[in-house]
Parts: sequence; structure tokens; C-alpha cells
Amino acid sequence: MADVYRSSIGEPTAVRRVLIGTTLLFLVAFLLLPLVVVFTQAFAKGLGPVLTALADADTLASIRLTLLAAAIAVPLNTFFGIAAAWAVAKFEFRGKSLLVTLIDLPFSVSPVIAGMVFVLLFGAHGWFGPWLAAHGVKIVFALPGIVLATTFVTVPFVARELIPLMQAQGTDEELAALSLGASGWRTFWHVTLPNIRWGLLYGVLLCNARAMGEFGAVSVVSGHIRGLTNTMPLEIELLYNDAGALNAAFAVAALLALLGFVTLVAKNFLEWRHGDELAALRGH
Amino acid sequence: MNAVIADPAIGPQLSTRTVHKRARAPRSALPGFGLSLGFSVVYLSLLVLLPLAAVFLRAAGLGLDGLWRALATERVLHALALSFGGAATAAAINAVFGGLVAWTFVRYEFPAKRWFHALVDLPFALPTAVAGIALTTLYSEHGWLGAPLAKLGIKVAYTPLGIVVAMVFIGLPFVVRTLEPVLSEAEAQFEEAAATLGATRWQTIVHVIAPTVLPALMTGAALAFARAVGEYGSIIFIAGNVQKVSEIAPLLIMIRLDEFDYAGATALAASMLVLSFGVLLAINLLQAWSRRRG
Amino acid sequence: MDITIRGLEKRYADASALSGIDLDIASGELLALLGPSGSGKTTLLRAIAGLEPVEGSIRFGDIDAANLTVQERRVGFVFQHYALFKHMTVLDNVTFGLRMRGGGGRMPHEEIRRRGRELLDLVQLGGLERRYPNQLSGGQRQRVALARALAIEPRVLLLDEPFGALDTKVRRELRAWLRQLHDETGYTTVFVTHDEREAAELADRVVVMNRGRIEQLAA
Repeated sequence: MADVYRSSIGEPTAVRRVLIGTTLLFLVAFLLLPLVVVFTQAFAKGLGPVLTALADADTLASIRLTLLAAAIAVPLNTFFGIAAAWAVAKFEFRGKSLLVTLIDLPFSVSPVIAGMVFVLLFGAHGWFGPWLAAHGVKIVFALPGIVLATTFVTVPFVARELIPLMQAQGTDEELAALSLGASGWRTFWHVTLPNIRWGLLYGVLLCNARAMGEFGAVSVVSGHIRGLTNTMPLEIELLYNDAGALNAAFAVAALLALLGFVTLVAKNFLEWRHGDELAALRGH
Repeated sequence: MNAVIADPAIGPQLSTRTVHKRARAPRSALPGFGLSLGFSVVYLSLLVLLPLAAVFLRAAGLGLDGLWRALATERVLHALALSFGGAATAAAINAVFGGLVAWTFVRYEFPAKRWFHALVDLPFALPTAVAGIALTTLYSEHGWLGAPLAKLGIKVAYTPLGIVVAMVFIGLPFVVRTLEPVLSEAEAQFEEAAATLGATRWQTIVHVIAPTVLPALMTGAALAFARAVGEYGSIIFIAGNVQKVSEIAPLLIMIRLDEFDYAGATALAASMLVLSFGVLLAINLLQAWSRRRG
Repeated sequence: MDITIRGLEKRYADASALSGIDLDIASGELLALLGPSGSGKTTLLRAIAGLEPVEGSIRFGDIDAANLTVQERRVGFVFQHYALFKHMTVLDNVTFGLRMRGGGGRMPHEEIRRRGRELLDLVQLGGLERRYPNQLSGGQRQRVALARALAIEPRVLLLDEPFGALDTKVRRELRAWLRQLHDETGYTTVFVTHDEREAAELADRVVVMNRGRIEQLAA
């Protein structure tokens, strides 16, 4: 497509330069600077304070909690994503678009509402509140609530990546495997999985990034109890709002920003190396 | 069944009928349909559908009276106006700049293009709380961008303007990523045809290229809008959170929950969901209409 | 409008698309550029339109085309796949060139629409003004593209494999019809084809090209 622009009908060079310049300026100001600010603020006083902040007991607890929540939510949603993609991509059935819409639903719901629904169900005044209290089960303001909220908001990620990919790949190879005598599971393992591995990795990466970074939903169901029910994003908020702990807040933020950065790099690497396979996955 | 088909005495009719019956039963020779669909439906119902249904049931349980009481306050109306209005403004800004960015990436070459292209996905990959504190620091009065703006008399952090800035940040990738494939599919011949017919470059862009990408632009802007309306983490730090001035709807829901005013929170949440749904439906219809014309 | 081409060259990194092309096209002539793919015939056509930057000289009558932008050349170009604007009606497509004229050259709105309808009648598509390109057959789209090119009263009409995308029967009908149209309107016309018979049937003169050069000029 760039050829048109070396030919006779494109914009004049001056216009092109201005457009490129404006674009770059906009991207740097709006996107790059925020990323840079996190690291300059974190390391404003050098590496020492950053390590001290990260080694703080409560902060470590928040890191552990974040990892734990992600370690539960991501595999669950990966499993779901594969199952849903298998059903949607390899079969025809009525209500398919309804199912796909349902899968997308958590995407269009505000994270605060996502957290709120679990409070409505399991909170002290919720539907199951009294029953839970009577049985001494804590969901809201405890790990289960955090896991539920995290899982809710990350439901679509793997499924959304896999569905168009598996649809584009069709059923030929699986049918061939079956005709050669392979069982369903073996077919999936040896035929389908290798075909979708990059899309799957891509989806898992995005799912994980969101799971570890989720703020709004977790904020509602967590009790914000330092050392117990604070995930990393909540810890960042707590430290940020504490006038003396600004540097620590950015230290933790830098860690999460690193996660975001790694996700970005991996995403682009995957797109670059396996672009054709992932070409179906446009527009999240 | 096999016996029936194999028996020549019975003849072709029965056997075809039997074959038809057999062919209709499985949807495909692939196994696992029941299992995968069943699991998916149960999972979604328990995790997504039921909880969301709880919101609407609860809201409905308030009755029209209760809903009115919960919603018809200045504070609520202002929060809704801020969230929806801010998101709409940000979506419009993203439509313009996102269009510019997408155009530049698809049509031009320049150094470090790969890196800038990857940068566009940052709001997608960066945790919202991190984005929130970063933007606040950047636009505060001592921030790298906030300081020069303050000299011009423009205050960003802790004002509605800051909210819009944060919403632009999180919505940009939606517009750019939706536009890029459409722009890159555009064929040179239409632009060449317009040129041979005497259209200037600008006329070609306005009359030939723009209408082709308009549906994609609307989709992208709609996605950015939907995301910005409900966004919490990226905005909560840079917003002033002063009620009736810079308080976004999600924050108000949070506050109501803290006060154990479940009724208020539910009412607000339900109205947000309904409003968002309405806007998205309207945009979808608009797109369908424009697609029918071209 | 006479067209004089001297010493046209276009080189790519590894090959020459055009080499030393000298050609005189007489006003009102119907000329065919015949050759296999890669012979440079389409490149030559596009060069005349200004869509392909080349070395050498092209003159429209007295005017050196080097001083003219694509927009200023006023060539009517019909693309192989018509390049009709999908989101515009047939009438809007045909009147596009007239509508885009700025300043003094622009006719009043009603006049433009009248001219558009006249042209549609000329190409026997009267009554189809409000249709969209996707509602037309291949042959109809071809004629809309032609009408659109004629609307600007071009110095020369350039057709890139005009019947390539159509089936045989339609192709034959349109061939005869194009010849008739040319005789009626008298525009200088150059068309590109790889079909010998088509070239022979239609054209006043056939220019055979191969590997970027003119091999033969046959009447």
C-alpha cells in the first residue's frame, strides 16, 4: 500500500512529514510519557529504596496474593476458552451468536459493577450473605471473592483469541485425524492444540496481564486489608494515597509496568513471527 | 440399523430414510460437542449470567419508586453525565487522532515504526492503577506535561479535563486497531480513479477514502466509548472525585456500596448497563444502515 | 488530441518495464496496445495517465505532460475492475469528476446532474441512476466506469483490459458497442488487451509490445 505514496497521487512530502510528526508527538505525549514516568518516579532515589519497598512484608503479601489470584483465574479461563472455542468453531448450532455475546459480556461491564455483583450475591446483605455467615464462609473481603472477581473480568480473553483462529482453521484436519482412528482427546492434543498454540499463548498472556492488573473489580470485593486482601494494584493505591510512600507506590507500579511491558513485547513478537495465524485476531 | 440397510429386500427407500436419520443426529463427526458446549454454558451461567441477573433482579425489586428515589438526585445525574459525556468526548478525540495515527502507520514509513506501532497497545497491557498514578503524576502541576500546561492556565489533574485525558489514553488502541486493517485493505485503484477524474488529494480523502472507513471508525469509537464509561482504575486518581464536579459513576457505585446502600448502588449500576447497551445498540444500527448503503 | 510519446523509460531494480518507447497517437484514433503480461502495455497506459512516474516525454498536443499533475491531465481512465465508488450511486459515480471541479470550472448542480443522465443514456443505462454498483452486473459496471470517464470530456480515453473481467458473450457485445461509441463520440482512445482478435476487431491501429518495447505497429 505504501507504493501508492511513492507514486504520483499521494500527499505532498511536506504534508506527510507533518502528519508523521504529529502522530509521533501525540503517541509520545499520550502513551510513552506515562510509561516512562512510572520508572523515573520509582527510581528517583535509586535502586535501593525500590528494593526496600518491594521487600516490605505487606507488599510481598500483595505480590503473593496477585500471583495466587492469577494462578487460579488464568487456568480456569484458559480451560473455558478452549472449551467454548471448540464448541463455537467446530460445530453449527442455534444460539451460537448468543453464546458469543455472552462471552463478550464481561468486557462491556464496568469493573466496579463486576465486583459489585459478587457483593450483591455474597456480601453481608447479599442473597447468600446470611447463609455464608451462618456457616462461617467468607467470600467477600477474602481470597475467594478476589478470585471470583478476577475470573469474571478475564473470562473473554482466551476465548476471544481462540474462536476466530479456530474458525479460520476449520475442521478438516480434525476430521482427517478421526478418520485415521484417533480418539477425540488425542485429536485435540496432537492436531488442534499445535495449530492454536500461538493464539493460545497470546490469549493467555493478555488474560494474565489483566488478571494481575485488575483494579476496579477487586477493589470492590477486597476489604483493602493490608497484608491480607490487598493485591498489587490495591497496594499501589494504598501507598499512593499515603503521602510518605509515594516512592514505594511507584516501585510496585514499576513491577506491574514491567509485566505490562513484557506482555506488549511478547504480543508484538508473536504477531510478527506468527502474523498470518493471528491475522484473524484483529480488533479486541 | 445396519441390518435394515444391508437387507436388499427392503429396498432403497427405507435405507435412505435411515441414512437421513443417522446423518441428522450428530452435528459433525467431531466429538466433544455436548461436553464443550455444556461446560461453557454452565461456566458462563454461574460466573457471568447469574451474577449480572442479580443486579437487574435487585434493581427491579426496588420498584419504579425506589429506582426514582435512588437515581433522581443531582449527584447521580451529574456522575452519569460526567461518565457518559466524558467518554463521548474522549471517543471523539480518539476518532480524530486515532484516525491520524492509523493512517500514518498504514501509509507511511518512518524510523522506529515497529516500536511506535507496539506502543499503541500499551493502554491495553498496562494495569489500570499503574496508568492512573502515572497519568496523575504526569499532569499534576509539577508534572512533565502538567507544568507547561499550568503556565498556559490549563489545569488537568483533579479536574474533568483530567478525566477526559485518561479516557483518551485507554480508548486510543480501540480506534487504531479497528481502523488499521480496513485502511490497509483499501486499494490504490479507487484513489487513482478519483485522481484521474480531477479530484485533489484532499477531495479523494474526503469523498472516497473516508466513507469506506467510516463504519470501522464508528466501531472503534464505540468500543473506546464503552470502555471509558465503565473505567475505574485509570481515572480514579486523576479525577478530583469531588461530588457533582468530578465524580465518575463507577466511583459513586463504590461509595454507595461502602455505605451499604445496595439499593442505590444497584440502581446506578443497572442504569449504567442499560444506557451503555442503548448507546451501543444505536451505534450498531447506524453501522448497519451505513453498510447497506455501500 | 494528438499524443506524442518520445523515449519513454521506466526501470525497476532488476528489469525494465518500458524501454525507449516512441509513439504517435493521432487525434480521434482508436489504438490497441497488445501484448502478453509483463510486456509493459499497462505501464505505458498508466504513464500516459500520469499514474506511473517515467522518464522521457509525453505531449498532449502542444502541452508537455511533465508540467501536468494527474488531475490536470484530464485523461479518462477505465480500470480493469472498474474502480467504481461503492458507497455512491451510479449517478454520483458518473458525475464525480464534474462535482470535484473547483472554482470557475464547476457547473451548477442541476446542470451536472443533467449531464450525468445524458451520459447514462449514451451508455444505455438510463434509469439506473439511483442504483449502487453492487446492484449492477459486470457489463453494466463497465459502462458506468466508461460514462464516468467520459463525463470529464477527456483529452484521451484510456481503457485497461476493459473486457477482461467479463464473460465471452458480454465481451463480444460490449466490443461492438465500444466501437460504435467511439465512432459516435470521436475521442482519442487507447486500450490495452492481450487478446489478438479483440485488438484486430476493435482498433484502427494495433501496437504490439513485448518486454517493454514496441515490436510492431500494424494498421
